[in-house]
Amino acid sequence: MSDHSSHHHDTEPGVIAEPQTKAIWRTFVILSVLTAFEFLIAFTLHHGFLKTSIFVLMTIVKAFYIVGEFMHLKHEVKSLIWAIILPCIFVVWLLLALLMEGGFIFIAR
Amino acid sequence: MSATATTEAPVFDKKTWMGGVEPMKVSYGKLMMWFFLISDTFTFSALLVTYGLIRFSFQAYDPAIHGEFHFSNLYWPIPERVYEAVPFLHGIQLPLVFVGIMTFILIFSSVTMVLAVEAGHRMDKAAVEKYMLWTILGGLTFLGSQAWEWTHFIHGTDEGSVIREIVNGQWVERTIFGANLTENQYGPPAFADLFFFITGFHGTHVLSGVVLNILIFYRTSFGLYQRRGHYEMVEKVGLYWHFVDLVWVFVFTFFYLV
Repeated sequence: MSDHSSHHHDTEPGVIAEPQTKAIWRTFVILSVLTAFEFLIAFTLHHGFLKTSIFVLMTIVKAFYIVGEFMHLKHEVKSLIWAIILPCIFVVWLLLALLMEGGFIFIAR
Repeated sequence: MSATATTEAPVFDKKTWMGGVEPMKVSYGKLMMWFFLISDTFTFSALLVTYGLIRFSFQAYDPAIHGEFHFSNLYWPIPERVYEAVPFLHGIQLPLVFVGIMTFILIFSSVTMVLAVEAGHRMDKAAVEKYMLWTILGGLTFLGSQAWEWTHFIHGTDEGSVIREIVNGQWVERTIFGANLTENQYGPPAFADLFFFITGFHGTHVLSGVVLNILIFYRTSFGLYQRRGHYEMVEKVGLYWHFVDLVWVFVFTFFYLV
Protein backbone atom coordinates (compact mmCIF):
# COMPACT_ATOMS: atom_id res chain seq x y z
CA MET A 1 0.00 0.00 0.00
CA SER A 2 3.08 2.20 0.13
CA ASP A 3 2.36 3.74 -3.26
CA HIS A 4 -1.21 4.53 -2.20
CA SER A 5 -0.45 6.06 1.19
CA SER A 6 1.42 8.91 -0.46
CA HIS A 7 -1.59 9.85 -2.60
CA HIS A 8 -3.28 12.12 -0.09
CA HIS A 9 -0.19 14.32 0.11
CA ASP A 10 -0.72 15.30 -3.52
CA THR A 11 -4.30 16.47 -3.04
CA GLU A 12 -5.25 19.83 -1.61
CA PRO A 13 -6.71 19.77 1.91
CA GLY A 14 -10.49 19.67 1.77
CA VAL A 15 -10.54 18.40 -1.82
CA ILE A 16 -11.55 14.74 -2.10
CA ALA A 17 -10.22 12.84 -5.11
CA GLU A 18 -12.38 10.69 -7.36
CA PRO A 19 -12.77 7.04 -6.26
CA GLN A 20 -10.59 4.48 -8.06
CA THR A 21 -12.67 1.34 -7.61
CA LYS A 22 -12.42 -0.38 -10.98
CA ALA A 23 -9.89 -3.03 -9.82
CA ILE A 24 -11.95 -3.73 -6.68
CA TRP A 25 -15.15 -4.49 -8.59
CA ARG A 26 -13.23 -6.54 -11.14
CA THR A 27 -11.84 -8.70 -8.31
CA PHE A 28 -15.34 -9.00 -6.82
CA VAL A 29 -16.74 -10.24 -10.14
CA ILE A 30 -13.90 -12.79 -10.48
CA LEU A 31 -14.47 -14.11 -6.93
CA SER A 32 -18.24 -14.34 -7.48
CA VAL A 33 -17.92 -16.13 -10.81
CA LEU A 34 -15.42 -18.63 -9.34
CA THR A 35 -17.73 -19.33 -6.38
CA ALA A 36 -20.69 -19.81 -8.73
CA PHE A 37 -18.55 -22.14 -10.85
CA GLU A 38 -17.69 -24.16 -7.72
CA PHE A 39 -21.43 -24.59 -7.10
CA LEU A 40 -21.94 -25.78 -10.64
CA ILE A 41 -19.15 -28.35 -10.24
CA ALA A 42 -20.51 -29.47 -6.85
CA PHE A 43 -23.76 -30.66 -8.45
CA THR A 44 -22.63 -31.85 -11.86
CA LEU A 45 -19.51 -33.93 -11.24
CA HIS A 46 -19.24 -37.16 -9.27
CA HIS A 47 -17.01 -37.30 -6.23
CA GLY A 48 -13.49 -38.12 -7.24
CA PHE A 49 -10.01 -36.89 -7.98
CA LEU A 50 -11.08 -34.54 -10.81
CA LYS A 51 -13.74 -32.80 -8.71
CA THR A 52 -11.40 -32.34 -5.74
CA SER A 53 -8.63 -31.03 -8.02
CA ILE A 54 -10.95 -28.43 -9.55
CA PHE A 55 -12.06 -27.30 -6.08
CA VAL A 56 -8.47 -26.99 -4.84
CA LEU A 57 -7.46 -25.08 -7.98
CA MET A 58 -10.46 -22.69 -7.70
CA THR A 59 -9.64 -22.11 -4.02
CA ILE A 60 -6.02 -21.24 -4.78
CA VAL A 61 -7.11 -18.84 -7.53
CA LYS A 62 -9.60 -17.18 -5.16
CA ALA A 63 -6.92 -16.96 -2.45
CA PHE A 64 -4.60 -15.33 -5.00
CA TYR A 65 -7.14 -12.60 -5.77
CA ILE A 66 -8.08 -11.97 -2.11
CA VAL A 67 -4.46 -11.82 -0.89
CA GLY A 68 -3.08 -10.16 -4.03
CA GLU A 69 -5.73 -7.49 -4.66
CA PHE A 70 -7.78 -7.02 -1.47
CA MET A 71 -4.82 -7.43 0.89
CA HIS A 72 -2.64 -5.67 -1.68
CA LEU A 73 0.22 -8.18 -1.34
CA LYS A 74 0.72 -8.24 -5.13
CA HIS A 75 1.86 -4.61 -4.99
CA GLU A 76 4.23 -5.00 -2.01
CA VAL A 77 8.00 -5.51 -2.27
CA LYS A 78 9.28 -8.98 -3.20
CA SER A 79 10.82 -9.72 0.22
CA LEU A 80 7.42 -9.26 1.91
CA ILE A 81 5.63 -11.38 -0.69
CA TRP A 82 8.06 -14.26 -0.15
CA ALA A 83 7.99 -13.83 3.65
CA ILE A 84 4.26 -14.57 3.46
CA ILE A 85 4.19 -17.24 0.74
CA LEU A 86 7.17 -19.40 1.77
CA PRO A 87 5.81 -20.43 5.21
CA CYS A 88 2.49 -21.37 3.57
CA ILE A 89 4.24 -23.77 1.18
CA PHE A 90 5.35 -25.81 4.21
CA VAL A 91 1.70 -26.14 5.22
CA VAL A 92 1.03 -27.96 1.93
CA TRP A 93 3.70 -30.48 2.88
CA LEU A 94 2.12 -30.95 6.34
CA LEU A 95 -1.27 -31.46 4.69
CA LEU A 96 -0.02 -34.12 2.27
CA ALA A 97 1.97 -35.92 4.98
CA LEU A 98 -0.96 -36.09 7.39
CA LEU A 99 -3.48 -37.08 4.68
CA MET A 100 -1.27 -40.09 3.90
CA GLU A 101 -0.97 -40.78 7.62
CA GLY A 102 -4.78 -40.72 7.88
CA GLY A 103 -4.97 -43.29 5.09
CA PHE A 104 -2.57 -45.56 7.00
CA ILE A 105 -4.65 -45.19 10.19
CA PHE A 106 -7.71 -46.31 8.18
CA ILE A 107 -5.87 -49.42 6.97
CA ALA A 108 -4.58 -50.21 10.46
CA ARG A 109 -8.02 -49.94 12.13
CA MET B 1 38.34 5.78 4.81
CA SER B 2 37.04 7.78 7.71
CA ALA B 3 34.96 9.84 5.29
CA THR B 4 33.15 6.77 3.95
CA ALA B 5 32.58 5.48 7.47
CA THR B 6 30.79 8.66 8.48
CA THR B 7 28.61 8.69 5.37
CA GLU B 8 27.65 5.03 5.77
CA ALA B 9 26.65 5.18 9.41
CA PRO B 10 23.49 7.32 8.95
CA VAL B 11 22.40 5.14 6.02
CA PHE B 12 22.47 2.12 8.33
CA ASP B 13 20.46 3.96 10.98
CA LYS B 14 17.79 4.84 8.44
CA LYS B 15 17.01 1.16 7.86
CA THR B 16 14.84 1.15 10.98
CA TRP B 17 11.31 2.49 11.41
CA MET B 18 12.52 4.97 14.04
CA GLY B 19 14.73 6.62 11.41
CA GLY B 20 11.81 7.11 9.08
CA VAL B 21 12.61 4.42 6.51
CA GLU B 22 10.44 1.32 6.47
CA PRO B 23 11.89 -2.18 6.03
CA MET B 24 10.01 -4.00 3.25
CA LYS B 25 8.51 -0.58 2.45
CA VAL B 26 5.63 -1.19 4.81
CA SER B 27 4.79 0.41 8.14
CA TYR B 28 5.61 -1.31 11.42
CA GLY B 29 1.95 -1.94 12.27
CA LYS B 30 1.13 -3.41 8.89
CA LEU B 31 4.14 -5.74 8.92
CA MET B 32 3.24 -6.96 12.39
CA MET B 33 -0.34 -7.55 11.20
CA TRP B 34 1.05 -9.67 8.35
CA PHE B 35 3.13 -11.71 10.80
CA PHE B 36 0.13 -12.17 13.07
CA LEU B 37 -1.91 -13.35 10.08
CA ILE B 38 0.82 -15.84 9.16
CA SER B 39 0.66 -17.30 12.68
CA ASP B 40 -3.14 -17.40 12.44
CA THR B 41 -2.78 -19.16 9.09
CA PHE B 42 -0.88 -21.92 10.87
CA THR B 43 -3.64 -22.30 13.46
CA PHE B 44 -6.36 -22.60 10.83
CA SER B 45 -4.14 -24.87 8.73
CA ALA B 46 -3.71 -27.13 11.75
CA LEU B 47 -7.48 -27.37 12.15
CA LEU B 48 -8.13 -28.08 8.46
CA VAL B 49 -5.22 -30.55 8.22
CA THR B 50 -6.65 -32.32 11.28
CA TYR B 51 -9.97 -32.54 9.44
CA GLY B 52 -8.19 -34.14 6.49
CA LEU B 53 -6.28 -36.59 8.70
CA ILE B 54 -9.39 -37.71 10.60
CA ARG B 55 -11.53 -37.90 7.45
CA PHE B 56 -8.95 -40.10 5.71
CA SER B 57 -8.78 -42.35 8.77
CA PHE B 58 -12.52 -43.10 8.48
CA GLN B 59 -14.47 -45.20 6.00
CA ALA B 60 -15.57 -43.03 3.04
CA TYR B 61 -19.13 -43.27 1.70
CA ASP B 62 -19.24 -45.57 -1.30
CA PRO B 63 -22.57 -46.22 -3.09
CA ALA B 64 -21.35 -49.68 -4.16
CA ILE B 65 -20.90 -50.78 -0.54
CA HIS B 66 -23.40 -48.69 1.44
CA GLY B 67 -26.21 -48.27 -1.10
CA GLU B 68 -28.42 -45.17 -0.96
CA PHE B 69 -26.93 -42.39 1.17
CA HIS B 70 -28.36 -42.12 4.65
CA PHE B 71 -26.86 -40.75 7.85
CA SER B 72 -24.75 -43.43 9.49
CA ASN B 73 -21.88 -43.45 11.94
CA LEU B 74 -20.25 -46.21 9.88
CA TYR B 75 -18.88 -43.80 7.27
CA TRP B 76 -17.95 -40.13 6.82
CA PRO B 77 -21.02 -38.17 5.58
CA ILE B 78 -21.19 -36.23 2.31
CA PRO B 79 -21.29 -32.58 3.52
CA GLU B 80 -23.83 -31.49 0.88
CA ARG B 81 -26.32 -33.97 2.36
CA VAL B 82 -25.76 -32.61 5.87
CA TYR B 83 -26.04 -28.90 5.09
CA GLU B 84 -29.18 -28.61 3.01
CA ALA B 85 -31.47 -26.54 5.24
CA VAL B 86 -32.34 -22.88 4.62
CA PRO B 87 -34.18 -20.58 7.07
CA PHE B 88 -37.97 -20.22 6.46
CA LEU B 89 -37.87 -23.13 4.00
CA HIS B 90 -38.45 -25.99 6.38
CA GLY B 91 -38.41 -29.48 4.95
CA ILE B 92 -37.10 -28.45 1.52
CA GLN B 93 -33.76 -29.95 0.53
CA LEU B 94 -31.48 -27.19 -0.75
CA PRO B 95 -27.95 -28.56 -0.49
CA LEU B 96 -25.27 -25.96 0.28
CA VAL B 97 -27.56 -23.05 -0.67
CA PHE B 98 -27.38 -21.39 2.75
CA VAL B 99 -23.60 -21.88 2.97
CA GLY B 100 -23.35 -20.31 -0.49
CA ILE B 101 -25.35 -17.28 0.67
CA MET B 102 -23.05 -16.96 3.69
CA THR B 103 -20.02 -17.10 1.37
CA PHE B 104 -21.38 -14.27 -0.77
CA ILE B 105 -22.17 -12.18 2.32
CA LEU B 106 -18.57 -12.51 3.49
CA ILE B 107 -17.06 -11.82 0.05
CA PHE B 108 -19.27 -8.76 -0.27
CA SER B 109 -18.29 -7.44 3.17
CA SER B 110 -14.66 -7.89 2.07
CA VAL B 111 -15.42 -5.70 -0.96
CA THR B 112 -16.97 -2.95 1.18
CA MET B 113 -13.92 -3.16 3.47
CA VAL B 114 -11.53 -2.62 0.57
CA LEU B 115 -13.75 0.27 -0.60
CA ALA B 116 -13.38 1.78 2.91
CA VAL B 117 -9.59 1.43 2.64
CA GLU B 118 -9.70 3.10 -0.79
CA ALA B 119 -11.82 5.95 0.60
CA GLY B 120 -9.28 6.32 3.42
CA HIS B 121 -6.51 6.90 0.89
CA ARG B 122 -8.53 9.81 -0.49
CA MET B 123 -9.19 11.15 3.06
CA ASP B 124 -12.92 10.80 2.32
CA LYS B 125 -14.28 10.53 5.88
CA ALA B 126 -17.94 10.16 4.88
CA ALA B 127 -17.19 7.33 2.45
CA VAL B 128 -15.04 5.49 5.03
CA GLU B 129 -17.93 5.71 7.51
CA LYS B 130 -20.44 4.47 4.93
CA TYR B 131 -18.37 1.47 3.82
CA MET B 132 -17.35 0.56 7.39
CA LEU B 133 -21.06 0.42 8.30
CA TRP B 134 -21.75 -1.90 5.35
CA THR B 135 -18.82 -4.08 6.41
CA ILE B 136 -20.09 -4.27 10.00
CA LEU B 137 -23.57 -5.14 8.70
CA GLY B 138 -22.11 -7.92 6.52
CA GLY B 139 -20.16 -9.32 9.47
CA LEU B 140 -23.20 -9.32 11.73
CA THR B 141 -25.35 -10.96 9.03
CA PHE B 142 -22.74 -13.67 8.62
CA LEU B 143 -22.62 -14.27 12.39
CA GLY B 144 -26.43 -14.47 12.51
CA SER B 145 -26.43 -16.98 9.64
CA GLN B 146 -23.82 -19.06 11.41
CA ALA B 147 -25.86 -19.01 14.62
CA TRP B 148 -28.86 -20.31 12.66
CA GLU B 149 -26.76 -23.01 11.02
CA TRP B 150 -25.34 -24.14 14.37
CA THR B 151 -28.84 -24.24 15.89
CA HIS B 152 -30.12 -26.38 13.03
CA PHE B 153 -27.08 -28.66 13.21
CA ILE B 154 -27.44 -29.11 17.00
CA HIS B 155 -31.20 -29.77 16.89
CA GLY B 156 -31.07 -32.07 13.88
CA THR B 157 -33.62 -33.20 11.32
CA ASP B 158 -37.25 -34.11 12.07
CA GLU B 159 -36.66 -37.84 11.60
CA GLY B 160 -33.34 -38.10 13.43
CA SER B 161 -31.08 -41.09 12.81
CA VAL B 162 -31.15 -44.56 14.25
CA ILE B 163 -27.75 -45.58 15.57
CA ARG B 164 -26.61 -48.99 16.79
CA GLU B 165 -24.30 -49.11 19.77
CA ILE B 166 -23.11 -51.63 22.33
CA VAL B 167 -24.53 -50.96 25.80
CA ASN B 168 -23.58 -53.47 28.56
CA GLY B 169 -22.46 -55.99 25.96
CA GLN B 170 -25.69 -55.82 23.93
CA TRP B 171 -26.44 -54.16 20.59
CA VAL B 172 -29.01 -51.43 21.22
CA GLU B 173 -30.78 -49.25 18.63
CA ARG B 174 -31.55 -45.66 19.49
CA THR B 175 -32.80 -42.61 17.59
CA ILE B 176 -30.72 -39.47 18.05
CA PHE B 177 -31.45 -35.94 16.86
CA GLY B 178 -28.78 -33.44 15.88
CA ALA B 179 -25.25 -33.38 17.14
CA ASN B 180 -23.12 -32.39 20.09
CA LEU B 181 -19.51 -33.13 21.01
CA THR B 182 -20.20 -36.80 21.86
CA GLU B 183 -23.17 -37.77 19.63
CA ASN B 184 -23.86 -37.07 15.99
CA GLN B 185 -26.87 -38.06 13.90
CA TYR B 186 -25.11 -37.15 10.64
CA GLY B 187 -22.11 -39.43 10.95
CA PRO B 188 -19.16 -40.20 13.21
CA PRO B 189 -19.00 -37.92 16.30
CA ALA B 190 -15.61 -36.63 15.06
CA PHE B 191 -17.42 -34.98 12.11
CA ALA B 192 -19.56 -32.87 14.45
CA ASP B 193 -16.55 -32.08 16.69
CA LEU B 194 -14.59 -30.77 13.70
CA PHE B 195 -17.61 -28.79 12.48
CA PHE B 196 -17.92 -27.07 15.86
CA PHE B 197 -14.19 -26.41 16.20
CA ILE B 198 -13.47 -25.19 12.67
CA THR B 199 -16.55 -23.05 12.04
CA GLY B 200 -16.54 -21.97 15.70
CA PHE B 201 -12.93 -20.80 15.55
CA HIS B 202 -13.68 -18.96 12.30
CA GLY B 203 -16.85 -17.45 13.80
CA THR B 204 -14.79 -16.20 16.76
CA HIS B 205 -12.51 -14.47 14.28
CA VAL B 206 -15.51 -12.88 12.54
CA LEU B 207 -16.80 -11.69 15.92
CA SER B 208 -13.49 -10.06 16.87
CA GLY B 209 -13.33 -8.59 13.34
CA VAL B 210 -16.77 -7.01 13.81
CA VAL B 211 -15.68 -5.58 17.19
CA LEU B 212 -12.54 -4.09 15.57
CA ASN B 213 -14.61 -2.73 12.67
CA ILE B 214 -17.02 -1.05 15.09
CA LEU B 215 -14.03 0.50 16.90
CA ILE B 216 -12.64 1.79 13.59
CA PHE B 217 -16.04 3.16 12.58
CA TYR B 218 -16.38 4.90 15.95
CA ARG B 219 -12.93 6.50 15.73
CA THR B 220 -13.47 7.48 12.08
CA SER B 221 -16.77 9.17 12.83
CA PHE B 222 -15.12 11.16 15.65
CA GLY B 223 -12.52 12.34 13.15
CA LEU B 224 -9.50 10.76 14.82
CA TYR B 225 -7.91 9.53 11.57
CA GLN B 226 -8.75 12.78 9.78
CA ARG B 227 -6.80 14.68 12.46
CA ARG B 228 -3.99 12.10 12.34
CA GLY B 229 -3.66 12.73 8.61
CA HIS B 230 -3.99 9.11 7.45
CA TYR B 231 -6.37 6.16 7.63
CA GLU B 232 -3.78 3.42 8.11
CA MET B 233 -5.76 1.81 10.95
CA VAL B 234 -8.53 1.06 8.42
CA GLU B 235 -5.94 -0.72 6.27
CA LYS B 236 -4.59 -2.79 9.18
CA VAL B 237 -8.02 -3.91 10.34
CA GLY B 238 -8.87 -4.39 6.67
CA LEU B 239 -6.01 -6.89 6.37
CA TYR B 240 -7.48 -8.84 9.27
CA TRP B 241 -10.99 -8.74 7.79
CA HIS B 242 -9.81 -9.99 4.38
CA PHE B 243 -7.94 -12.77 6.15
CA VAL B 244 -11.18 -13.86 7.83
CA ASP B 245 -12.79 -13.92 4.37
CA LEU B 246 -9.83 -15.87 3.01
CA VAL B 247 -10.13 -18.49 5.75
CA TRP B 248 -13.81 -18.90 4.93
CA VAL B 249 -12.90 -19.58 1.28
CA PHE B 250 -10.76 -22.49 2.50
CA VAL B 251 -13.32 -23.71 5.05
CA PHE B 252 -16.02 -23.53 2.36
CA THR B 253 -13.98 -25.71 0.01
CA PHE B 254 -12.47 -28.22 2.42
CA PHE B 255 -15.36 -28.60 4.81
CA TYR B 256 -18.47 -28.13 2.70
CA LEU B 257 -17.56 -28.89 -0.92
CA VAL B 258 -14.93 -31.66 -0.94
